[in-house]
Amino acid sequence: MAVLLIAEHNNKELRPFTLNAASAASQIDSDVHAVIIGQNTAEATKQLSELPVVKKVLSVEAAHYENFTAENFTPVIVKLAENYSHIVCSANTFGKNLMPRIAAHLDTSQVSDIIKVISPDTFLRPIYAGNAFATIKSNDAKKCVTIRPTSFDPCEISGGSAPIEKIDAGEEFSNTKFVKREEIKSDRPELGTARIVVSGGRGMQSGDNFKLITEIADKLGAAIGASRAAVDAGYISNDHQVGQTGKVVVPDLYIAIGISGAIQHLAGMKESKVIVAINKDGEAPIFSVADYGLEADLFEAIPQFMEELNKLNTIQK
Amino acid sequence: MKILVAVKRVIDYNVQIRVKEDGTGVVTDNVKMSTNPPDDNAIEEAVKIKEAGNATEVVAVTVGEEKAQETVRKALAVGADRGIHVKVDGILEPLAVSKILQKIVDKEKPDLVFMGKQAIDDDCNQTGQMLSALLNWPQATFASKIDVKDNKLEVTREIDEGLETIEINVPAIVTCDLRLNEPRYASLPNIMKAKKKPIEEIAASDLGVDVSPRLEQLKVEEPPKRKAGIKVANVAELVQKLKNEAKVI
Repeated sequence: MAVLLIAEHNNKELRPFTLNAASAASQIDSDVHAVIIGQNTAEATKQLSELPVVKKVLSVEAAHYENFTAENFTPVIVKLAENYSHIVCSANTFGKNLMPRIAAHLDTSQVSDIIKVISPDTFLRPIYAGNAFATIKSNDAKKCVTIRPTSFDPCEISGGSAPIEKIDAGEEFSNTKFVKREEIKSDRPELGTARIVVSGGRGMQSGDNFKLITEIADKLGAAIGASRAAVDAGYISNDHQVGQTGKVVVPDLYIAIGISGAIQHLAGMKESKVIVAINKDGEAPIFSVADYGLEADLFEAIPQFMEELNKLNTIQK
Repeated sequence: MKILVAVKRVIDYNVQIRVKEDGTGVVTDNVKMSTNPPDDNAIEEAVKIKEAGNATEVVAVTVGEEKAQETVRKALAVGADRGIHVKVDGILEPLAVSKILQKIVDKEKPDLVFMGKQAIDDDCNQTGQMLSALLNWPQATFASKIDVKDNKLEVTREIDEGLETIEINVPAIVTCDLRLNEPRYASLPNIMKAKKKPIEEIAASDLGVDVSPRLEQLKVEEPPKRKAGIKVANVAELVQKLKNEAKVI
């Protein structure tokens, strides 16, 4: 039986992690079908049909799908599930919210946040904030799997031409009502997919001081991250949080400034290719994962860092 | 309104865990255990709602071995009225826990069920959503703000793109984020008083729920270690290394 991928999108276009989830799905079985549930999703549906790994697209549109409410999505997917061996989506807040609801209806024990497909029924996943890796074999007839997007390369985006089949919409779940979404719009790269991430922690001391982080991020074309302490203190909004309960990032370069490196933060960034830590406490745990550590007062180091960057002839973007 | 809060006993968040040499799991003997951190937020929120006059009773429930009862006792010490301990040996999958909690909900008939959004041991992030599926109740996951409005809740959820607000009718499930509130500490008198509050013990086997595992944990291993890095003397050296050695800028 084929694998069913749940596409994540914003009604207009696919969200980037759909590509990573599609890759993971294709490693489970080459026969990947993708379902897209939303409202006025013609363009996103077309994008989905062009992914070479996707063999068939199922499109479901109705007004009550516009805001991705799990209670509305679930019956659609549960009904489709009888034709599939696996249901797959990203382990981001979209998938984390939705997949367990589907799994419970299917009486399936979900495998969350996998980082590797070992075989169609066996997966590798981090536990204890990534301080251990567990190899898990699922004995359920139908498997519900969420994938850690940063552990799978995005799939090719063009060359495919999967047929698109329209599916009837399900009923609306009346006890949950969408009110509003406050998205922080930014011209910077998305935190989850950025090549460089510059993060600030409690050491920044104030939200105003995060401007220093912003300047470096602008110079490097980087996304801005933060430790939970910095978000809790109100220095920056929650969508920037990196860590066990925030986002997991795997950039080429992660620059941690004024971040001590609690286990929970390391869980979100320690797979980064190159890690830089700038902290005035030479004993801070962040240095244990840093390729390059600089023991310095960040309020002196950041302006110097900008100065040095300005001296460079070219900066990779 | 009556609020049921589910709490889980986990290895304390400050402990650097160790993987067992035989690959069967992580070392838990003589390791500090605590309530799963966001479950503390769930209890705090329930108690606050009761203090504001919007709830009549807060019941704390845990599913686990003998010592899991400590988490219920702690919940009682910060304001829960009574406790339920569903006793079971070994580790249950979230699906099994949600089936047990469904039985407790059938029995207790709460208007709201709160719990943490994720347990910091298995990092599954499933139980609340699964319970709401089994009950066909609305779910508000990753809650960072809850407003009680008659028989509705307005909940702000932390999502990857920012914040989302939804309105849900009770009965409903809410899974709590760490930013929902600041959990209080138990005072000594309240810890003493909590010892007198009732905890009902129920054997999981008496609930008629199939909790047999569906997943096999074949191996637990240490993640690959990063090789030790270096300390640089100054910013100029750092930028030079990033440019010429790591070649990332």
